[in-house]
Amino acid sequence: MALLDESGLKADGFTRVAEGASLPRGDVILPLGRLLAEGREVLARGDLLGAHLPNTAKLDEVWPVLDDVALVSIEFPSFADGRGFSLARGLRRRGYRGILRAFGPLIADQMRHALGCGFDEVEAPETVIARQPISQWSAALQAITLHYQRGAGKGLSILDHRRASREASHERRLAHALPA
Amino acid sequence: MYRYDEFDARFVRERVREFRAQVERRLDGSLTEDEFKPLRLQNGLYLQLHAYMLRIAIPYGTLSSRQLRQLALIGDRYDRGYGHFTTRQNLQFNWPKLKDVPDILDLLADVEMHAIQTSGNCIRNVTADHFAGVAADEVEDPRPTAELIRQWSSLHPEFSFLPRKFKIAVTGAEHDRAAIKAHDIGLRIRRHPATGETGYEVIVGGGLGRTPMIGKVAREFLPKADLLAYLEAIMRVYNLEGRRDNKFKARVKILVHEIGEQEFRRRVEAEFAALDGPSVNADPEEVKRIADYFAPPPYEELPEQSVKLSIARAAHRDFERFVETNVSGHRVPGYVAVTISLKPIGGVPGDATSEQMRIIAELAERHSFGEIRVTHMQNLVLPHVRKDELFALWEALDAAELATANAGLVTDIISCPGLDYCSLATARSIPIAQSLSRRFADGARQREIGPLGIKISGCINACGHHHIGNIGILGLEKNGAEYYQLTLGGDATEKAALGERLGPGLAAEEVPDAVEKIVGVYLEKRAPGEEFIATYRRIGIAPFRQAFEPVLEGAQRGVA
Repeated sequence: MALLDESGLKADGFTRVAEGASLPRGDVILPLGRLLAEGREVLARGDLLGAHLPNTAKLDEVWPVLDDVALVSIEFPSFADGRGFSLARGLRRRGYRGILRAFGPLIADQMRHALGCGFDEVEAPETVIARQPISQWSAALQAITLHYQRGAGKGLSILDHRRASREASHERRLAHALPA
Repeated sequence: MYRYDEFDARFVRERVREFRAQVERRLDGSLTEDEFKPLRLQNGLYLQLHAYMLRIAIPYGTLSSRQLRQLALIGDRYDRGYGHFTTRQNLQFNWPKLKDVPDILDLLADVEMHAIQTSGNCIRNVTADHFAGVAADEVEDPRPTAELIRQWSSLHPEFSFLPRKFKIAVTGAEHDRAAIKAHDIGLRIRRHPATGETGYEVIVGGGLGRTPMIGKVAREFLPKADLLAYLEAIMRVYNLEGRRDNKFKARVKILVHEIGEQEFRRRVEAEFAALDGPSVNADPEEVKRIADYFAPPPYEELPEQSVKLSIARAAHRDFERFVETNVSGHRVPGYVAVTISLKPIGGVPGDATSEQMRIIAELAERHSFGEIRVTHMQNLVLPHVRKDELFALWEALDAAELATANAGLVTDIISCPGLDYCSLATARSIPIAQSLSRRFADGARQREIGPLGIKISGCINACGHHHIGNIGILGLEKNGAEYYQLTLGGDATEKAALGERLGPGLAAEEVPDAVEKIVGVYLEKRAPGEEFIATYRRIGIAPFRQAFEPVLEGAQRGVA
C-alpha cells in the first residue's frame, strides 16, 4: 500500500495491526474490535492510537469511542462504494479533529472527494499507483479548483466566495456613503 | 433565466477539462474500463447498443433560444441532425463519438450548459414543473430552489458514489406537473398553514423501476432556509444505509420501505439535528441572488381578452383545435403558454431535428422572450406568448409541421428509446408508440376521447414511466420474443397512483387492438365530462378486463 496526501507520497508512521496479530511497538492502527481492549495500553506507553473502521460502522456507535483516537482509517472495499465518504463527513460534522485516512482502492480522480469529505490522506494499493502515478493524483486534484458545498475541502466554497464579494461591495458602498 | 457568474462558468470549464483528461487516461490505460465507467456516466456518457449516447442536462427544463440553437448545431456537427428530449427534461444525442465528446462539452459550456450528473449513481439533473413562473396555481416559482439544488449537488464530494441514482423534482404549484411522488425526493413549495411562511413539503422514496412506489411524506413543512442541511441529512442516511448488495434494491424507496417510514424519518431527523445547519445552508442573500434571475420577463400590460385571437379562432378550425389542446393559462393577463408537441402522428416521441430546434428558437425569440421549456411529457413549451400573437405563432408552427394539436391526448405518448437504441431494453417501445399514434390519428376521435396518457417503457427500469400512465405499456422479452404488459389507472399528478395489471402479455401487433378495447369501455361507461382516469377510479378494472378477453382469445398465447 502507498500513503498519499494532497502534496504527494508520504511516510506512514503507523503500523496497521491485523485481527489476530500481536501488538507491535510504536503508533498503531487497531481494528475496531481491539480498540477498547488494547487502546489504553497503547496510550499508556505514550504511542498514538489509530482505529480502523469497516464502512458499515454506525456513526452513533463509533463516535463515543473515538475520544483518544489520533487517526481513524476507513475501509473502502471498492472505489465505487461511497459509504466511507459519508462516514468521514459524519465524523467531521460531529467534531472529530484527528487524522482521517481512506483505506482501499480509491482512484486518482477521487482524491478530491476524499479531501472534500474531511479525509487527510489515502492509503491505496500499489497496483492502483502503478497505473495512476502520483502525477495523476495531483493533476486530478488540480483539475477542479472550485466547489459549491460549504465546508467541503479547504478553500472557500463558491457560496462563501459570493458572500465575501457581496460583503466587500457592501463595505465599499458604505465607505462611499460616509462623508470624508 | 439563471445566468452563470464567473464561478459557475469556471466550474463547468474545469469539469470539461477534467473529463478530457479522463478520456485520455482511459485510452492510455491509466484508468480501467471499470474505473472509467462511473466517471463517464457522471458526465452523461452511456455506451448504448450501437454507439455512445450523450445525455445533456437541461436543468429544470429551462432553455434559452441561444442554448437551443447550440443544441441544433451539435446535432448537425456531431450527430445525425436530431436530438431526443427525455422524460427527465434532458436531451440525448444518440450517435456521438467518444473522441468528440470533450469538444461537445466545450460547445455546451459556451452557452452555460453541461452534461454533469445526467447519469451515474449520483444526484441527477433536477427537474421541475414546466409551467414554473407561469402557472396560475403557483405558490412560488420552483426554479430558484431547483437551481440551488443543481449547484449544491454538482460534483458533491460525498454523494457521487451512492448506492444508485438519485432523482429530485420540485414543484411550486397545487397541481403536480413534475411527478414529485415518483422521485427519490419530491419537494412541494407550500405555505405554512399557521404562519403563512413558505417552505417545503418533503416527499421521499418514490420511484418507478422494478419495484414502483409512491413517495412518502418525510416532513410536512421544512423551512426554506434549512433545505440544504435537510437534503444532506437524507443523502447521508441513504448513502450509509441504502442497500448495495443488489442494484434492483438499492434505491432509497427500498430503504424507506424496509426500515419503515417512521424509522427512516427518525434517522434523518437525528442526522439533521447532528448537523450545524447554518454552516451547510445557503444564506438568504444567496437564495435571493438566484431568485432574482427568475424575475418575470418585461410583460406588456394587456387586456385579458384578445379580439384578434377570438376572430382567428372563429375563422380557422385547425387553429381553434390547437388552442383547445395545446394552449394553457398564464398568470399574466393577455398571455398564454403554448405546448409544441413533439408527437406528430407516427413520429418518434420526443425527437426534434436540428432544423426544428432552430425554428423553435427563432419563434421563442419572436414570441416568448427567448425562452423555451422542456416537459417531462417530452414536448416543448413557449411559456410567455401574447394572445394576440398566438395565431401568427401557430401559422409558423404549422408551416414547420410543429402544430400537432394533441397535447395531453391519446397520441401524446411518452416513450423511452427502447430496444432501438438502449442496451438495457428488453423490447422496442418506439414502434409501439408509432402504431398507437397511427391507430388514433383522427383528431376528432382524439378530442372525443379527451385527456388520456399512454406511457411506454421498453424494460422494467421504467424510463417511459409506464406505471404512472393512465394506460401503461411495458415491453418485456421471453424466449427471444418481445411482449407487452398493459396496466391501467396510473396517475403522475398529485393524486399519484400506480397502474394495475390488465392481464397477460400481448404481442406487439395486438397492442393497438387492446388499447382500442380499453378506450371503448371508457367511452361507453363515462359520465358526461368525465376523464378516463376518473372513470377508471369509479368503475375499477373489471369491465376493462372483460373487454380485454377477446383480444387474448384471438391470439396464440405463448407468453405469461
